[in-house]
Amino acid sequence: MEHGAEKIIVLQNIVKSFDGEQILKSINLEIRDKEFVTLLGPSGCGKTTTLRIIGGFETPDSGHVFFDGKIVNDVPPYKRPVNTVFQKYALFQHLNVFENIAFGPRLRGEKGAALTAKVHEMLEIVNLKGFEKRSISTLSGGQQQRVAIARALINHPRVLLLDEPLGALDLKLRKDMQIELKNIQQRTGITFVYVTHDQEEALSMSDTVVVMDNGEIQQIGTPQDIYNEPTNAFVADFIGESNILDGQMLDDYYVAFSGKRFRCLDAGFAKNEPVDVVVRPEDVDVVSLERGMLTGVVSSVTFKGVHYEIIVDIGGFKWMIQTTDYVENGAAIGLYIEPDAIHVMKKSEFSGKFGDYSSFSDEMDHLSDVEETEEEE
Amino acid sequence: MTGARRQRKEPKKSVAVSLLSRFAAAPHVVWSVLFILIPLVFVAYYSFTDRDFHFTFENIAAFFTPKYLQILWRSVKLALIATAVCLLIGYPAAYYIARADAKRQKILIMLIMLPMWMNFLIRTYAWMVILQDTGILNSALGTVGIGPLKLMYTEGAVVLGMVYDYLPYMIMPIYSVMVKLDPRLVEAAYDLGCTPVQVIRKVVIPQSIPGVVSGVMMVFVPSISTFYISQKLGGGNFYLIGDAIETQVYTANNLHMAAAISLVLMIILLAGMFVMNRFSDDSAGGGLIP
Repeated sequence: MEHGAEKIIVLQNIVKSFDGEQILKSINLEIRDKEFVTLLGPSGCGKTTTLRIIGGFETPDSGHVFFDGKIVNDVPPYKRPVNTVFQKYALFQHLNVFENIAFGPRLRGEKGAALTAKVHEMLEIVNLKGFEKRSISTLSGGQQQRVAIARALINHPRVLLLDEPLGALDLKLRKDMQIELKNIQQRTGITFVYVTHDQEEALSMSDTVVVMDNGEIQQIGTPQDIYNEPTNAFVADFIGESNILDGQMLDDYYVAFSGKRFRCLDAGFAKNEPVDVVVRPEDVDVVSLERGMLTGVVSSVTFKGVHYEIIVDIGGFKWMIQTTDYVENGAAIGLYIEPDAIHVMKKSEFSGKFGDYSSFSDEMDHLSDVEETEEEE
Repeated sequence: MTGARRQRKEPKKSVAVSLLSRFAAAPHVVWSVLFILIPLVFVAYYSFTDRDFHFTFENIAAFFTPKYLQILWRSVKLALIATAVCLLIGYPAAYYIARADAKRQKILIMLIMLPMWMNFLIRTYAWMVILQDTGILNSALGTVGIGPLKLMYTEGAVVLGMVYDYLPYMIMPIYSVMVKLDPRLVEAAYDLGCTPVQVIRKVVIPQSIPGVVSGVMMVFVPSISTFYISQKLGGGNFYLIGDAIETQVYTANNLHMAAAISLVLMIILLAGMFVMNRFSDDSAGGGLIP
């Protein structure tokens, strides 16, 4: 890893309940200096609570928060070398852009030309030169977000916490800001802890992704690890699209699913152990019936621009497949799967809950997305 | 899910709806003209006429004589003191209520409103019973060997009456602003290095200014024009501008002079309101005065 090996934040067995409901069940997490860490998970998984515990806005019921090796459980937010970019910006409406950004330094008694220069430097970093005198209410969402980032960065925090900072922005702006945030992080060398429910955002920005669900960490890894080697059905389903099949590990490098036997790259399971098998939609090749390792009937075709998304019925299980070749709805086709396209996982509490596209529709997908942004904890 | 549904349900403004909304405003317009605009015209008309309804400046000129100016000054002074006391009590009270949990908030707001359900005359009489030389308070003090103190018929008693009657009007608008204050703003302030005291000074107070402006207006206006409180608790020693208007109507039977005093008072209040609104100019909403 290219980052400083020094652990800046350590969470040890963190437990937190609200109104008798356990939101965090023993969280253990180490964050290294200068790292871009993303806490990723669906609404209510505990990611925001974890962030708030790091920021000092909540105290854990049990467990310890270490900062540079010292326990900081009861240290209030204003005494932590941490700053936060809040979900809905939380800018001070009664102050203009300059004063919002200068808020932190002024509290420390900074003023005059030095402060002005500092604020200008920050405005330059977030691309808002010339906005000093503007009032907050005249700014667009994206501009307000930049002010919020500048207001936090000017304090040179060791760690910047970002709570779904791009959640309220439209798609195009979101993509631009993702790149910009990543640039800022690399330029300033500040550790970022970023909370999002958007897996694409997490994959494209982070050094390390922490996938959470049900108040537990499901997997910690690089974006590539998380995508290619998910540890269980939840992670496989949450990150990208996945066909998750009931399978059986026949032997090292041989797995059976959908009534066929396949070569794979996984080993180390017990003989005939029941497993979950993940096949990503983009890793399946559509071939002629004769060449197919599996055969099925196309039950739906959707044009997505870059590719077609087709649903294929194979013995009652609906697969999602992404292909650049057009196939007719109702056609019988063959599927070809390379050994490295098959990922085998141990059975977990999530087995059987995800990965079948029989109830799949674009609209449902869309609706659940909206819900997540609306009702984030 | 909720978001998508909400958007879908939003009704398109049709011709019928916009027509309806125009008619819906009609009762209000009629009401305003009948009971606000026309009476105002009458007040102005009476102010500038004598008993034979000939045009004159005499009534207005009479106001700007030492007698009335002294009354005006006394009224302004007592109203300002009452407003200041209401603010000093009401602001922390509003802050406390807004911070309480939802159930407690409801109870506290009820308690604040409760006295307002009782007739204002009865409330003032109640204070007389408490403050009299032989009243409840002096009896109580007597048992521990203090007093009797002269509590009634003092400036303090008049201010007390005003504060007691109008305090809810201070608390409510400040509370309504405070309760809408985004808790993330407070967290952001802590996050940027504010101590708890600095959070109140630099975030809570500036953000609540619109509520304070409304509250100040809503206490000051009725305080400056009250007449009953000063008569009962002040015993006629603290003749206020409201008393002057009442005297002109009932004793002197001079509606023209009464109208003139009202008009001048109204103009002074409007000017005051204009100045106050400057304070809360571009702070977004929350206050009761638009």
